[in-house]
Amino acid sequence: MKPTKFLLSAAAAAITAGAASAEDMTLVSWGGAYQASQQKAYAEPYMEMHPDVNIVWDESSAEAVAKLRAMNEAGNITWDVVDVVASDAIRLCDEGLAMEIDPDTQLAPAPDGTPASEDFGDLLVSDCFIPQIVYSTTFGYRTDLVGDTPPDDICDVFDLEAYPGKRSLEKRPINNMEWALLCDGVPKDEVYDVLATDEGQDRALKKLDTIKDSVVWWSAGADTPQLLADGEVVMGSTYNGRLFSLIEEQKQPVAMLWDAQVFDLDGWIIPAGLSEERKQRALDFIYFATDTQRLADQAKYISYGPARKSSAPLVGKHAELGIDMAPHMPTDPNNAKNTFLYNYEFWADYRDDIDAKFQAWLAQ
Amino acid sequence: MTDASHTEGPMLAADGTPLKQSLARSLRRQKLRALLLIAPLLIFVLFSFIVPIGAMLFRSVENSIVQDTLPLTVEALQSWDEKSGELPPEDVYEAFVRDMVVAVENKQHTRLGTRLNYEETGMSSLFRKSGRKIKKLNPDTDGPFKDKLIDIHDGWGDVKTWQVIKTHSVPITNGYFLNAIDMRRTPDGPQMQPEDKRILVKLFGRTLFMSLVITGACILLAYPVSYLLATLPMRVSNMLMILVLLPFWTSLLVRTSAWKVMLQQQGVINDTLVWLGLVADDARLIIINNQIGTIIAMTHILLPFMILPMYSVMQTIPPSYTRAAKSMGATNWTTFWRIYFPQSIPGIGAGSILVFILAIGYYITPEIVGGTKGVFISNRIAYHISSSLNWGLAAALGTILLAVVLILYWVYDKIVGIDNVKLG
Repeated sequence: MKPTKFLLSAAAAAITAGAASAEDMTLVSWGGAYQASQQKAYAEPYMEMHPDVNIVWDESSAEAVAKLRAMNEAGNITWDVVDVVASDAIRLCDEGLAMEIDPDTQLAPAPDGTPASEDFGDLLVSDCFIPQIVYSTTFGYRTDLVGDTPPDDICDVFDLEAYPGKRSLEKRPINNMEWALLCDGVPKDEVYDVLATDEGQDRALKKLDTIKDSVVWWSAGADTPQLLADGEVVMGSTYNGRLFSLIEEQKQPVAMLWDAQVFDLDGWIIPAGLSEERKQRALDFIYFATDTQRLADQAKYISYGPARKSSAPLVGKHAELGIDMAPHMPTDPNNAKNTFLYNYEFWADYRDDIDAKFQAWLAQ
Repeated sequence: MTDASHTEGPMLAADGTPLKQSLARSLRRQKLRALLLIAPLLIFVLFSFIVPIGAMLFRSVENSIVQDTLPLTVEALQSWDEKSGELPPEDVYEAFVRDMVVAVENKQHTRLGTRLNYEETGMSSLFRKSGRKIKKLNPDTDGPFKDKLIDIHDGWGDVKTWQVIKTHSVPITNGYFLNAIDMRRTPDGPQMQPEDKRILVKLFGRTLFMSLVITGACILLAYPVSYLLATLPMRVSNMLMILVLLPFWTSLLVRTSAWKVMLQQQGVINDTLVWLGLVADDARLIIINNQIGTIIAMTHILLPFMILPMYSVMQTIPPSYTRAAKSMGATNWTTFWRIYFPQSIPGIGAGSILVFILAIGYYITPEIVGGTKGVFISNRIAYHISSSLNWGLAAALGTILLAVVLILYWVYDKIVGIDNVKLG
């Protein structure tokens, strides 16, 4: 810990000790297994080190941007640290609702002294964003419903002859449009150029048209695992961690497709406009919770890849199942043979336009 | 009191003030006391209902962000003809650089980019990418700026960019309302959105149509149940009442999710039908993730709101009327149709208004069981509130929905008469 930081947190500790009761710090996350992994890897050890801080959770990450905007307008920000996906962090930064972070002074360096900006590398997609995990949106399929040749290509999703039955896709254009173009013969590095044109968008929707009648559209991450478990769909897209728990914890006959998985990032932001004392406390928590060991610890509880390069070698076994976690990480070389990185810039611009078209297409 | 006071001055009260004044004062005091009694409610309604709704209505036309962020540019653009097809003159670019230097300092430029991106795709990144570089320019010494800006991002060399800024620079705009009915503001006045982006009018229509169907289904199902509740002996009807209220007390989400388990293709209903041999295994019914799913689930969820007012009205219908009708030779049908039914109409009216107005704003059930064709306009409002952050459009959609409800209420009043609505 840097001396100034230590002094500040000591001062904060003195103030809170003066108040004679533990101070609440509100963390916002997604609930479920993901939040539980944060609780075990970050919150519990932090509270042990800082008995004066009491961490409370708010499961509002899905509406974080709208709520922070409303809090900002009302002038009363009740959250201290907020877990959001990278695209939301970019928007919060754009709107001036999140605080800018200097990774090299405000985040921990790697154990070998590599500064944080290098350790996180190009995952620092916004000035306000502190990356935490790499997750991916990918497909799972029912091993008992796909015959003798299980799907191994993203385009099998569009192949109704070889794999009849329903598929579940997310009820939004992001990812679906890319996969559709990819399977319509667009080379991977041209996908976004094509998707930026009206013709390209039509082309993607036309490709999706071929399976439209066989699609169940989901809007919550838990939908696809449930649909797979019920046998409602033969394959479906969702977050890889959800599929991991479906396969390894609930032992369902489901396997991962991995092909053309789309990487996305999730991490922390600190709301703009906190009081100095709360800001320092939030920064102190962030400094601890995103250091190399802590990020590796989280992978003991959930199959999302730590965002630091230096954390990868430290990823061990699952805390309860005792299985090696590395092969279940989306970033594992075996799984990451063909991947996409969510194009934040593109979707920040085209999201509203393409979403309107996508919804109009859905309603047809 | 003396005789003199009787004839000369005004009538006086006991304390010597004129009686009229004294009466007025006590009346005023009484009114004030009454007002104080309802003051908590009044203040509550004001702050929890009228102010937020007013704020929402205002948000649907409020658009000061462009003028606030780029005041000089907006002024300079006044003299530029946006239909000329030519780029604005140098003074616009200079004003723009001056504005942007301030805006970037206050981190307002990305906010403006987000706002304008609702109108023209690409504005978001144009402002974000240019911000830092424009900040480095010195408005006093670095001019001329036209080529420099176009160098920074070729978006500034696109007439469309400036058209969008000018078109949306008015502080009070009809733009959100136009967007809400699938139109948009353009330099040539309001125009329709391109065909492939029209969705909202369709959703409004669908919301109204499905709410009507749901209300109708509720009437059909609730009428016999309420009739039984009102006419059966107390002990049995109490049992029935509990059966009606039990789902009413259960969480909305639980009931909706239960319908998912019931209706899906591998669900309880389909399994039973297949087991009975009524439906082939490979031709299971699709009764969820479409309009049917939404209608079934919402009818079930809203049913108690229809049963309860119907029941309380039916309870007040004296059984002697129907007995009298029958004793005079009316058939069962005539008795029901000419004697009983007209007396139960106020209950139907009250229930229908309740169910319809609740249905029109429903969000969570269509989201879960509605699939693509069973979603309502509220789902789009939710999207614009929490995902796209286009609160202006969400407010415009909400305002239209509110107006539609008020108009329908007015129509109902004209046709059925609002006095003809009773909750018991």
